[in-house]
Amino acid sequence: MTTLHAVFDKARAEDRAALVGYLPAGFPTKDGGVAAATAMVEAGCDVIEIGLPYSDPLMDGPTIQDAVHRSLTNGTRIADVLRTVEGVAKSGAATLVMTYWNPIDRYGAERFARDLASAGGVGTITPDLTPEESEPWLAASKEAGIDTVFLVAPSSPDERISRVAACCTGFVYAASLMGVTGARETVGSAAEGLVKRTKANTSLPVCVGLGVGNGAQAAEVAAYADGVIVGSAFIRRLLDAPDEKSGLAAVRELASELARGVRR
Amino acid sequence: MTATEGPILTPADLAGNGIHGNDPDIHGKFGKFGGRYVPEALIPALDEVAAEYEKAKTDLGFLREFDHLLRTYAGRPTTLTEVPRFAGHAGGARILLKREDLTHTGAHKINNVLGQALLTKRLGKRRVIAETGAGQHGVATATAAALMGLECVIYMGAVDCERQALNVARMKLLGATVVPVTNGSQTLKDAINEAFRDWVTNVDHTHYLFGTVAGPHPFPEIVRDFARIIGVEARRQVLELTGGLPDAVCAAVGGGSNAIGVFHAFIEDEDVRLYGYEAGGRGVETGEHALTLTEGSVGVLHGARTYVLQDEEGQTIESHSISAGLDYPGVGPEHAWLKDTGRATYEGVTDEEAMEAFALLARTEGIIPAIESSHALAGALRLGRELGPDAVILVNLSGRGDKDMGTAMKYFNL
Repeated sequence: MTTLHAVFDKARAEDRAALVGYLPAGFPTKDGGVAAATAMVEAGCDVIEIGLPYSDPLMDGPTIQDAVHRSLTNGTRIADVLRTVEGVAKSGAATLVMTYWNPIDRYGAERFARDLASAGGVGTITPDLTPEESEPWLAASKEAGIDTVFLVAPSSPDERISRVAACCTGFVYAASLMGVTGARETVGSAAEGLVKRTKANTSLPVCVGLGVGNGAQAAEVAAYADGVIVGSAFIRRLLDAPDEKSGLAAVRELASELARGVRR
Repeated sequence: MTATEGPILTPADLAGNGIHGNDPDIHGKFGKFGGRYVPEALIPALDEVAAEYEKAKTDLGFLREFDHLLRTYAGRPTTLTEVPRFAGHAGGARILLKREDLTHTGAHKINNVLGQALLTKRLGKRRVIAETGAGQHGVATATAAALMGLECVIYMGAVDCERQALNVARMKLLGATVVPVTNGSQTLKDAINEAFRDWVTNVDHTHYLFGTVAGPHPFPEIVRDFARIIGVEARRQVLELTGGLPDAVCAAVGGGSNAIGVFHAFIEDEDVRLYGYEAGGRGVETGEHALTLTEGSVGVLHGARTYVLQDEEGQTIESHSISAGLDYPGVGPEHAWLKDTGRATYEGVTDEEAMEAFALLARTEGIIPAIESSHALAGALRLGRELGPDAVILVNLSGRGDKDMGTAMKYFNL
């Protein structure tokens, strides 16, 4: 199992940013999701976030909503999410689960942390869990030995960044802009300032996500962040592909382009 | 002083006391319910709204302005109507209707909307967004936006746009943009998701004018306080009319704003029983209902811990009700708290029972209620038979039924 700590050490040693890719479990199919994430790792992703599909994804844009809807329609369950993590972790990437809070709350915090660790997962990203409500999850994650990643946003004042960063292990996720997930023409101009402000509050690596979709943007972000997170652009490639084989080729190609970007 | 003289609003009327004095606490918790489960990007905006409201609620200038609007624009105080012919079907108990249907725009939603629109101006924001189910909150928001010169965008499920077409037209006439939401169940819950997505993108100049007592802190508290006038007035009016307090207060519960609005002034009156009626839809056994409090379980939806209709893995289950305004798989956290503490009782009323009460009130009293409010009327009929002829039952008639004529024409073959 590759830890986040090892990933960022290696990237630092190579004087580059880490590349983080996101896919929801069960998309485009249960096995197809593992194959796509494995292709992304082979082509250069250091970390994979597996999304836990949720019925009410209120911080996701249309691309991820579409993929999540398909996944739920395919009948994806938490057991499938854990099996996906297990499959992807074998590829050698540090594998996280990104999820809204309610599915963990319902499954049971301790049980989820334990089951995720057993599946080879190294942690979670919880975009709607606030520091005020985080105590049960921090305790369960610590007990299971998995990392906890929370988000900061351009609107976050410094004292809030400090509060959020104190809940994080592994890395801090900096949202590049005010908005929902989805690839955009330009990466938010607020991102660089946010990374600086975050680094002033923590010694953890800071990764930037939201709106990054190509090699040039990855290079731009890699100049100031420890990691570059890409989700919707990978999903777009899979949604647009006529069949599974060309979908795999397309995500592989995108991962290679992004991997060159973070090394520029 | 009678209910119709003097100021209708004081700082004490606006806030009142919760079950344990000052619910919610500073984190927006009613016991274990409420709080905030939202993207970090929204925390500063929620803090800003909470801080501005804290200032506003004790600012006599703000209260005067709100009072003036309630009186001269919304049409408050609303009257209390005794309905003996209708009550004859409830075993002879006295039934008193709090006539929120007589407010401007035809439902209780106007109270909260005027308060929050004033708050929007204090926040220096020029755009409001809102979700709507039946369209009543959307119409009220569009109305307040027109009155105060604010840009207005309303998110409404595509299914609801169809069953409440008249309200869509009203919102457009009032100058609002109505965005039909086509994802998920295409009803209120998806409209709320979409409104949150807009808010996180445009939060610098936009206020999310939340329409019910659900959502993240401080919305459950603010919406309750602005709706609280319903119960404050009704309590005075019932005392004046009957010389005592009612035995029970009945209200329909979807998200829960009209119910909290009428309940809250009675919370410390321990002898007054509080009854909330949820939409039983086609019946609990069919699974097609919106019985969040009576059949749901504790979870997190739309930013708060509360009761939710969800499966064993925390996925939201789609609700059903003939009334768009009650068709919601969540509920305000304060109702969850009132349920768990036993202070209020929640029961289901099916589509059929609600439609019977809808027609009965029209035929016996010449009042066409909203289908949402008809759930409370059906509950009052049931309760009257239980409590006997000496009982006095206050019902919040939260809205009028003009918007529901399409549904009624289909249902009764009119």
